Amino acid sequence: MDMLEVRVWRSAGEGGFISYRVPRHTSQTVLDVVTYIQRQLQPDLGYRYACRVGMCGSCAMTVNGKARWTCRTHVSKVAADGRLEVAPLANLPVIKDLVTDMSGFFDKWAQAKGSFTGTLTRHDDFARVPPASPRRQAVDAGIECIGCGVCYASCDVVAWRPDYLGPAALNRAWTLVNDERDTQGAERLRAVAGDAGCHSCHTQGSCTERCPKAIAPTAGIAGLKRMAAKAAMKGDL
Amino acid sequence: MAAMNVRTQARLWYFQRVSAMVLALFVAVHIGIVVYAVRGGLSGAEILARTHGSIAFAFFYGVFVLACAVHVPIGLLRIAQEWLRWRGPSAVAAALAFAVLLAVMGLRAVYGVVA
Repeated sequence: MDMLEVRVWRSAGEGGFISYRVPRHTSQTVLDVVTYIQRQLQPDLGYRYACRVGMCGSCAMTVNGKARWTCRTHVSKVAADGRLEVAPLANLPVIKDLVTDMSGFFDKWAQAKGSFTGTLTRHDDFARVPPASPRRQAVDAGIECIGCGVCYASCDVVAWRPDYLGPAALNRAWTLVNDERDTQGAERLRAVAGDAGCHSCHTQGSCTERCPKAIAPTAGIAGLKRMAAKAAMKGDL
Repeated sequence: MAAMNVRTQARLWYFQRVSAMVLALFVAVHIGIVVYAVRGGLSGAEILARTHGSIAFAFFYGVFVLACAVHVPIGLLRIAQEWLRWRGPSAVAAALAFAVLLAVMGLRAVYGVVA
């Protein structure tokens, strides 16, 4: 049987990679490989997943050096020479093995005012937002984020500047400033402007390149930069 | 940058972007002038003969120097913060001092070849 050589990060002690041999199957995903290791070879291996179909955003790991969603990453795509190296996401503290503490990541969504606040109640009629309007199109481009943290782990600015809000939180803010029903626009712009926010983005585009949902946070961040700088020059920020 | 508020940070980003646009144009014109001027060699006396009393030269390079004095220190502050972890009022003061140094030295040089 064809076997894969898999190196998996274990966090015990100083931490280090441990090698495992895993049977190779067709249509096998990286998550299948990690699950095989946990079920057959290393029962105390810590890792995280839920939906297995690319919806929940919980199974992201560093695979052969790049952050990826493991449930939708086929082994054939990343392990051309039959070798895999699986590590936890970068830029986040490790709880155990492949499991990172994502609370800092989600706290930044809250800091970026990532929650919707509207004026309508259930007794009002629906807000009518033309689907073809430019603002709604901007929302559509960024709304499918599953919060997996791949962009955050791929961002050099997050590594250099730990207080930087990161691509996911800023993308979320961008979808909300373009939501014509939302009432917190000015506060949100203030929350995402400046050096811990959108203006620190170097437009390197790692987030956009690695996003498994093909979202372009770089584009949204550029939009926030323009919007916030305009407000700052007018004295509105 | 704790000493600097968000509005100032956003404005600095804007100033750097606008100065970058100015520099993109001015660097291209500058290189064009250099290539044009040095055909067949160039001496100090020839340069001074062209620049002496030239209002256009003084204006062009005066604006050029000011754009550099805005653009470069903001970028250096970024590098200090992100690569050297040098932040706070001391880094801002150093960047500001560098801006003044660039402006003074640059404008002095422009004055030197025009006056």
